[in-house]
Amino acid sequence: MKHIVILGNGIGGITTARHVRKLSQHRITVVSGETEHFFSRTALMYLYMGHMKYEHIKPYEDFFWAKNRIELRQAWVKSIDFEKKELHFAQSTSEPLGYDILVLATGSTPSYFEWPGQELPGVQGLYSYQDLERMETAAPRGTSRGVVVGGGLIGVEMAEMLLSRDIPVTLLVREKSYWGNVLPREESELVSRHIREHGVDLRFGAELAEIKPDASGQRVGSIKTTSGEEIAGPFVGLATGVRPNVDFLRGTSLEVDRGILVNKYLETNLPDVYALGDCAQHREPPAGRKPVEQIWYTGRIMGETLARTLCGTRTPYTPGVFYNSAKFFDIEYQTYGQVPARLDADTGTFYWEHPEGRIALRINFEKETGAVTGFNACGLRLRHEVCARWIEQQSTLSHVMQHLREAHFDPEFFRRHEPAIAAAFRAAHPAQASSLQGKRSWRERWFSF
Amino acid sequence: MRSLKKIGLGIFLLGFVAWVGTLTMGQFTLTDAILKQELKPEHYELLRPALEPMIGRTYASPFGFGRDFNTAFGRINDDFKANQQWDSVIYDNYAFPVARAASAGVLTESTLLWFWLTFGLAILGALLYILPNLRQLPGIKNDHIYHRSMTSRGWLGISLGVFLIVFYVGLYFYPEYLVNWTLLVDPLSRALSGNPASQWFLYGFIYTLAIVVMGVRMLIKYRHSPYQMLRTGSVMFFQTSFAFIIPEVLVALNRPYYDFKNIWPLDYDFFFDWHLNTLLSNGTLGVFMLVWGIALAFIAVPILSYFYGKRWYCSWVCGCGGLAETLGDPYRQLSDKSLKAWKIERYLVHSVLVFAVVMTALVLYTYFTGQAKIGPVDSYSVRSVYGFWIGALFSGVVGTGFYPYMGNRVWCRFGCPLAAYIGLVQRFKSRFRITTNGGQCISCGNCSTYCEMGIDVRWYAQRGQDVVRASCVGCGICSSVCPRGVLNLENADPDSRVTVAPEVLFGNDMPKIK
Ligand SMILES: Cc1cc2nc3c(=O)[nH]c(=O)nc-3n(C[C@H](O)[C@H](O)[C@H](O)COP(=O)(O)OP(=O)(O)OC[C@H]3O[C@@H](n4cnc5c(N)ncnc54)[C@H](O)[C@@H]3O)c2cc1C
Ligand code: SF4
Ligand code: SF4
Repeated sequence: MKHIVILGNGIGGITTARHVRKLSQHRITVVSGETEHFFSRTALMYLYMGHMKYEHIKPYEDFFWAKNRIELRQAWVKSIDFEKKELHFAQSTSEPLGYDILVLATGSTPSYFEWPGQELPGVQGLYSYQDLERMETAAPRGTSRGVVVGGGLIGVEMAEMLLSRDIPVTLLVREKSYWGNVLPREESELVSRHIREHGVDLRFGAELAEIKPDASGQRVGSIKTTSGEEIAGPFVGLATGVRPNVDFLRGTSLEVDRGILVNKYLETNLPDVYALGDCAQHREPPAGRKPVEQIWYTGRIMGETLARTLCGTRTPYTPGVFYNSAKFFDIEYQTYGQVPARLDADTGTFYWEHPEGRIALRINFEKETGAVTGFNACGLRLRHEVCARWIEQQSTLSHVMQHLREAHFDPEFFRRHEPAIAAAFRAAHPAQASSLQGKRSWRERWFSF
Repeated sequence: MRSLKKIGLGIFLLGFVAWVGTLTMGQFTLTDAILKQELKPEHYELLRPALEPMIGRTYASPFGFGRDFNTAFGRINDDFKANQQWDSVIYDNYAFPVARAASAGVLTESTLLWFWLTFGLAILGALLYILPNLRQLPGIKNDHIYHRSMTSRGWLGISLGVFLIVFYVGLYFYPEYLVNWTLLVDPLSRALSGNPASQWFLYGFIYTLAIVVMGVRMLIKYRHSPYQMLRTGSVMFFQTSFAFIIPEVLVALNRPYYDFKNIWPLDYDFFFDWHLNTLLSNGTLGVFMLVWGIALAFIAVPILSYFYGKRWYCSWVCGCGGLAETLGDPYRQLSDKSLKAWKIERYLVHSVLVFAVVMTALVLYTYFTGQAKIGPVDSYSVRSVYGFWIGALFSGVVGTGFYPYMGNRVWCRFGCPLAAYIGLVQRFKSRFRITTNGGQCISCGNCSTYCEMGIDVRWYAQRGQDVVRASCVGCGICSSVCPRGVLNLENADPDSRVTVAPEVLFGNDMPKIK
């Protein structure tokens, strides 16, 4: 029996702990500074908006940990002595904690760009539970305006949060369109329209230059963009991305680049030290993957994989077909496979959008073989297994079009869009025309839509 | 939009306060003629002397009247009991009909005016409060549910719970104090059935009103979801027609009062002797009603639940479910999701089912053999124990009164014997399940939080296992609130339900060990 110490109780660390427990009798200690228990970071926004309370975003009841003999320790680690195999805590009175195996799952931290004034009260990012608590006090109802900087997922979440308290929002996006480095133009426009529909003052090509204090000098009062425009707002949300939370590990024998460097077994350069989740940087990422992938799902998949290795079966990290999802106000978004913002020459694309402009489906394919390579769905739920299988088996676009109903995952009685999508496909690709197969829903049969 | 809502709320409160205020209005004068008319002759003889001091006296509210009447009435019965004259003890409830007959004043004179000043204003206000929500974009809008006192067990919520509990206690045990409210709906009752309004008619009216008005709120809140709209429309329809209007019209036609969608054992007195006798003395229609009721319970329930799961009844048709899904919607998040609550639920709800079955068996035994005693137990006392503890206290007082404390399905989850019965079908032999979409769950907890049945839906979703639970009423809210489109209510081959979690979630290609 070994003592496995896991630093970080996010999805990466906790998945590792749970699976190690399933597979072995090792002693497990999870150390984390942020909160005593694992919570769902992705749900932080719902606390501010009053959809849930903290207890609801904890995926396991508190008795779970003792029952599964997973020891929890809430403390900040200041440094790690890899020679002696010890963690040293920020609180000097705490004894160092020894380990046989160390798993680093320290997650991310918001990244700022050294803007003047970024340390002023009322300026913050949103990553940790403490950030959320700060936002509660910094942006109460009645705040005259919130300026959110950053056209990514967290930016739009912050905008939605502020609006829920009737705080007007200006959202500054440096690119020419919303999340333009990830979303193709049509989806980006669709989402932008929706964000504006909610009353957000959405500005493209607007870059933050400086954050200025208010008259008291005690907190933020306004921001200035690179074009010289000043926007007043007593709250500034910085959602300009995250970077691996590894600063306290720099300058040690552990090899760190942007994140902690790991091989495909999630092993670091040091024996008995592993890293996973947001803080890990893959030396040789799987095909089509980025070295650092800061998303919930990959953290979980790495945890499942690493637990195998820790319990004696050395297992490489093999995530399946890429997938991700998000929600922009009321529009759900799912993606499977590769749907880059800009197509390369070998890839074709088929895009359908509902006339009302809130629902869309994109399918990318290899021009030469017709094999589908990726799906984007907005306002439409697709079945994960089916999309992944089509991509994995390199099904052709016309096959997918014929069998589109299999991917349907919207609730019962929802309007079925397959006929319209298939018709659009026939119009765009007459040569590949083939009819839609599968059972029609009762709604289509009775009301023909 | 906001100011319209505020005006609406103000008007609603005005109507509500006026409504509560009407309880204290009117004059109540007991006369000999009333006693003669309302009491059985033998009881008239017994009660008249004790009630003598009340006769001719005018009370300014039903409370003084009711108190005096009950005191006199209780004294007589106490004497009988003290003298062991058990046969003379009066069990009839006379306080309510006598109070109604004795009432006079503005409510009886200008009933319609007061109807509009109370119910009318409340409805108008509620609609003005609800309709502006149409201006929000469609989508899940659960903002501030945990910030509001009303929906997060704050003082407003607690007060509402107290009000509901007091209301139910009054309704079941002290209807004489609510007599003014029945006066308000008297014209409607007379129009429908030809009879004066009883406290049960009042209850049915308020119940239906709550489902319809709060149903409109549901229709607006979930207008992005055809599933929710259809389901809500369905409970509104079944409540208004099957539960409220049709039974009254049957009475007007001199037919037995009958709710065609109420099913034994929720309808626990279906097999009571008086009910069977009523049906059997009503010719073909009565026999049809009897056969219909039995077929619903023993044929329709298993078959429909096999095909569609519990939802075909619990969240599409049932009256208790209808109230829970409309009036109770703002409280669904308050159900306890802990493992402990699940354990208690299983013991409790199945015990009630056993109780209902045993009670019915005893009642039928008595019906067919004419013998009340089976060993030491008396089937009459068993049924009255059931009626009091389960029928009145559990399903009524706790079932609805506890909405603001324990969520909108307290009765359905912990007490309803029909739910327990359908649940067994759903759990063990049904095509229904809630599927989870590959590996898309982000463990956010919206589904669990908003599951009114206290099911920890996330526990299933995050391990890729279908939700196959006896208690799930198929309301579909978990699927609606999921921000990642993970959950879907589906019907397919029962054996295709994923009841054992995969070793690792979909999306990880590493080889399986097993
Ligand atoms: C607001 C928000 C919304 C998001 N939404 C989505 C989404 O919808 N979909 C998606 O795929 N991803 C989403 N993400 C990203 C996702 O949450 C992260 O990728 C994921 O949580 C990372 O998990 P992790 O286990 O690697 O690290 P973390 O969850 O960050 O956990 C690391 C833990 O380690 C602790 N720790 C770090 N250093 C120390 C130390 N020195 N001493 C003690 N403790 C330490 C930290 O306090 C933290 O608790 C979102 C992120 C945020 C902030
Ligand atoms: S599991 Fe979902 S469908 Fe079932 S009762 Fe709960 S919220 Fe409703
Ligand atoms: S609401 Fe959806 S994403 Fe959130 S925990 Fe439930 S299934 Fe998972």
